[in-house]
Amino acid sequence: MIEIKNLQAKVEDKDILKGLNLNIGPGEVHAIMGPNGAGKSTLGNVLAGRPNYEVTGGSATLNGKNILDLDPEERAREGLFLAFQYPVEIPGVSNLEFLKASVDSVREQQGKKALDSVQFLKLAREKCKAVNLDASFLKRGVNEGFSGGEKKRNELMQMMMLEPTLCILDETDSGLDIDALQVVAEGVNAMRDENRSFIVVTHYQRLLDYIVPDFVHVLANGKIVKSGGKELALELEEKGYGWLENENGAA
Amino acid sequence: MTAEFVTQHLALAQHRSPLSWLSEFNERGQARFADAVIPNRKTEAWKYTSLASLTQGDFAHAAPSVDASTVTLPNIAGIDALRLVVINGELNIEASDAKALELIVHFADATQEQQDQINALLGTIQGEGGHLFAQLNDANINAGLFLNIPRNQRLKQPIHICYLTTPNSEKTGFTVNTRLLVNLETSAEATVIEHYIGDEEQNSFTNAVSEFRVGDNAKLIHYRLQLMTEGALHIGNAHIDLQRDANYEGFHLGLGTKLTRNDIVVNHNVGGSHSEMAGVYVPKNKQLIDFHTCIEHKAAHCTSNEVFRGIMNDQSKAVFNGRIQIHRDAQKTLAELSNKNLLLTNTAEINTKPELEIYADDVKCAHGATVAQLEEKAMFYLQSRGISKADAKVMLSFGFINELIDNLPHEAIGDWLRPILAHRFGRSSDLDDQLAQGN
Repeated sequence: MIEIKNLQAKVEDKDILKGLNLNIGPGEVHAIMGPNGAGKSTLGNVLAGRPNYEVTGGSATLNGKNILDLDPEERAREGLFLAFQYPVEIPGVSNLEFLKASVDSVREQQGKKALDSVQFLKLAREKCKAVNLDASFLKRGVNEGFSGGEKKRNELMQMMMLEPTLCILDETDSGLDIDALQVVAEGVNAMRDENRSFIVVTHYQRLLDYIVPDFVHVLANGKIVKSGGKELALELEEKGYGWLENENGAA
Repeated sequence: MTAEFVTQHLALAQHRSPLSWLSEFNERGQARFADAVIPNRKTEAWKYTSLASLTQGDFAHAAPSVDASTVTLPNIAGIDALRLVVINGELNIEASDAKALELIVHFADATQEQQDQINALLGTIQGEGGHLFAQLNDANINAGLFLNIPRNQRLKQPIHICYLTTPNSEKTGFTVNTRLLVNLETSAEATVIEHYIGDEEQNSFTNAVSEFRVGDNAKLIHYRLQLMTEGALHIGNAHIDLQRDANYEGFHLGLGTKLTRNDIVVNHNVGGSHSEMAGVYVPKNKQLIDFHTCIEHKAAHCTSNEVFRGIMNDQSKAVFNGRIQIHRDAQKTLAELSNKNLLLTNTAEINTKPELEIYADDVKCAHGATVAQLEEKAMFYLQSRGISKADAKVMLSFGFINELIDNLPHEAIGDWLRPILAHRFGRSSDLDDQLAQGN
């Protein structure tokens, strides 16, 4: 599915990723945890192609294609989806107009049949219901005046509409209460299948009670310093990140 | 050349046979226009707006008469409006709604009482400070329209005045002077839509003056939609007087043409009045559009809020001059002005100047102007969802002005304008159509 080799990246002249390796197979859910400033969000942004996030070395191949050379829109059409930690508000552009353009371009690239406006509206309303967003949100500006939780659910709704093959959730759980977290987790779990993979970036172990990962990785100082099964998350919750940094430093 | 402009237009004005009861007004206008000097680059109010296309052209001819059945007239879908059609400056009875004709007074048909009413009001809202084109309009007055809404009455249907200019077969240049006078008596309410259109082979100069008096506790909703085609030359004046506790909501749209200049003045004459004004300009190619707005706070406890946004494409040029003057007695004024601009190319130009002059000490005012390119964060967000850079640019540009369209007092007017503006940015509106049909 996706193979990340020795990925190095900098933001505003500061090295953030310093040789990151990660292999994710089809249908797998990988959680990435780690202290603040470790580079967790940078990973998602670099993979999605955010401007000013400069790749200085390494590669990332999605289904055999090196995506680091592609424009952000081309990566999305290849099936990559980043659920943003801080979704942008775009007043004046309606959610519907935005979603339609997005779904149209992604489906076209993937050789899927275009949805006409009626089919599209039906699907959009269905997905809104699935994430517990009132359909009236569709007519509002993109994320305009949405609460934190509504923005995160809107990200999830977009993900459901686009049916990506690699979903990167960037701290989608931060700031959510348990009810909202459950809605998000149910949405994600419903999308899990043997061909779709997930990178779940989180600061808190709590999310992983609801989205149970196949693998847990600890990212510190721009590298994966420890990998394990879901039990690693519990260990981290108990001990914090300090012991890993010590262990790593000693090694 | 410029002196000829005055002489020729004066000769044209004197040639007309004015309505006898307006002759004094007319002569006063002619006398003042005779002394007028064409502004040049050193004239502050016209610094960035060249009148060359007007003064070097040949427009000093009377407008041709046109058969209304040969032209297409627009309707605003979804709005049950009373339509009045003015073709080349003449009210067209056949094309206008009968009910609208009952409400509006054509100057030529005014009764003695109406003549007195018009004479008492005409020109007083505009005042004597106007530029030479206002005087040219005064000098030519003979075919104005007067709308009076009596005390406590609410006009439920908007009045939709459609101004069309269209050439005759010879296609000689011509000048159209339009005049509108609206009076809302105490606690009256009305919506007036001034809608300007011109055909493809535009070779006319439109010189429009509209005066509105909004009486005590009355409310006016005013749309001024300049949807003329590329070649149009248009100079427009809109003056609004607000009396005690009066309310004004205005929306001014200019698509952009060879030359469009607007002077909009809102006078808060008596305490407690409120004005809310929005505007959009979207010139492209080599178009030039200029908005000079002025909010005069002359009395205490008035509030004003003004938001103008422009998007300049290609080699077009726009001017926005937004002035707020707070006079000595206008204590407790709240005044806000914002002007945001988007330049889509390196060759587009915006000259923006907010001006604030305050002579009272207990007021709250804010003003600001920005010029920017599209926001990078928003661009990335759209692109990360598979939308191409070019499409994202169109979407964000449209969104920038759509914010104001979304807030129009009549949703249906927004729905009608959206595809017109969308077309301007090359955006498809299939989804708008579906939603408009209620699907």
